[in-house]
Amino acid sequence: MTDFSLQAHSLQKSFGRRLVFCGITFNLNKPGVLGISGPNGSGKSTLIKILAGINSPTKGQVIHSDNGKEIISEKIHNYIGFVSPYLVLYNEFSAWENLNYFALIRNISFDKSKVESLLDQFLLLNRKDDLVKAYSSGMKQRLKFIFALMHSPAFIFLDEPTSNLDDEGKQTVYNLIKSESEKAIVVVASNERNDLANCNEVLDLNYYKR
Amino acid sequence: MKSYALFQKDFHSELRTRYAINSLAMFIIVAISVILFSIGNENISPGLTGGLFWVVIFFSAMSGLSRAFVSEEERGTSLTLQLIASPATVFTGKLLFNMILVFLMNIIITLLYSMLFAEFIIQNYLLFFLTFIFGNIGIAISSTLIAAIIAKAGSKGTLYPVLSFPILLPLILTSVQLTSFSIDGIPISEAVFELAIVVCYDIIMISASYMLFDFIWKD
Repeated sequence: MTDFSLQAHSLQKSFGRRLVFCGITFNLNKPGVLGISGPNGSGKSTLIKILAGINSPTKGQVIHSDNGKEIISEKIHNYIGFVSPYLVLYNEFSAWENLNYFALIRNISFDKSKVESLLDQFLLLNRKDDLVKAYSSGMKQRLKFIFALMHSPAFIFLDEPTSNLDDEGKQTVYNLIKSESEKAIVVVASNERNDLANCNEVLDLNYYKR
Repeated sequence: MKSYALFQKDFHSELRTRYAINSLAMFIIVAISVILFSIGNENISPGLTGGLFWVVIFFSAMSGLSRAFVSEEERGTSLTLQLIASPATVFTGKLLFNMILVFLMNIIITLLYSMLFAEFIIQNYLLFFLTFIFGNIGIAISSTLIAAIIAKAGSKGTLYPVLSFPILLPLILTSVQLTSFSIDGIPISEAVFELAIVVCYDIIMISASYMLFDFIWKD
């Protein structure tokens, strides 16, 4: 059994003189869902990118651990699944080609049955060979979930996970958050009440403005 | 292996989008044509053809090599790359792609140049070959690093040649000198100092690139 943990110590982020948030500290050491809420511009996306190791905080530290051992930043991408509206996949490739290249670049085996099952779950199986540029925004959003989950990550970061999705797509995402939270640490940043309904704890960024 | 997969992805993407190949091909044709027209029927010295040869290479590199990172930034796929690969993998993959592109581009330039300029006659082929190899490696490394820096900037188009000029100047000047030596038929034993400068340049640039790329790649 592998134990993963996500620790945030006194996180602060400023853009020039503008303080976005400060003093964020928490420790997630078992599977579950952490929600991040706050109004537009409160720093939800910034915080989730810092937690995913994509951006650096101005002050403070984020530590991802695997069985008590810190995961180094060069390897963190193998443990992370990330979905957001500003994530863009390669439009010139088909969904299948995109996912195949991601597996190759990560140097993991391309689990065809798992990818097909995810494509089926997100209703993209019969469009898997179409170029991504021909997809609607909702289909692109669903493909991002497959990208985030294909390597069974320990940490899943979802920034506005239901944007561009229809009701059926939203329900699939809620079911997915529920099932993934049993084995992974899931962080959801959203303003939608329904998106945060499955969270064990919600961090409201209004309280971290000093 | 990971870097090679990234290179494969870029190569496949280039074949579909033609981001760099088209601009490179057009620039090579335009640059050589302009030099040919401006020379006309004048007789130019062999040394000058060596200098003009590197001018074509420098400006062709400026027109196409920035695409490695700029295209990712413009399409918004930089974040995707950050999520699938370490900075070292990204840099190696992009460097491999630019290296292949530089060598292909410069082989074509050399062939066209040899056919169109009667004065461009190489006497010492081994020296020219070594200059060509180490010069191209240096151009590919520097261009890849500069492309990563300017990809995050607003005015990418103008910044690339401006930033590249001082960084590539020592390499270009030494390569011009070595090409001139190879045209004059000077033996390698008399060009060791210049060759050492080019090799040292390559080593310094590759070391600096791997040390700096982490900071450039992450915000």
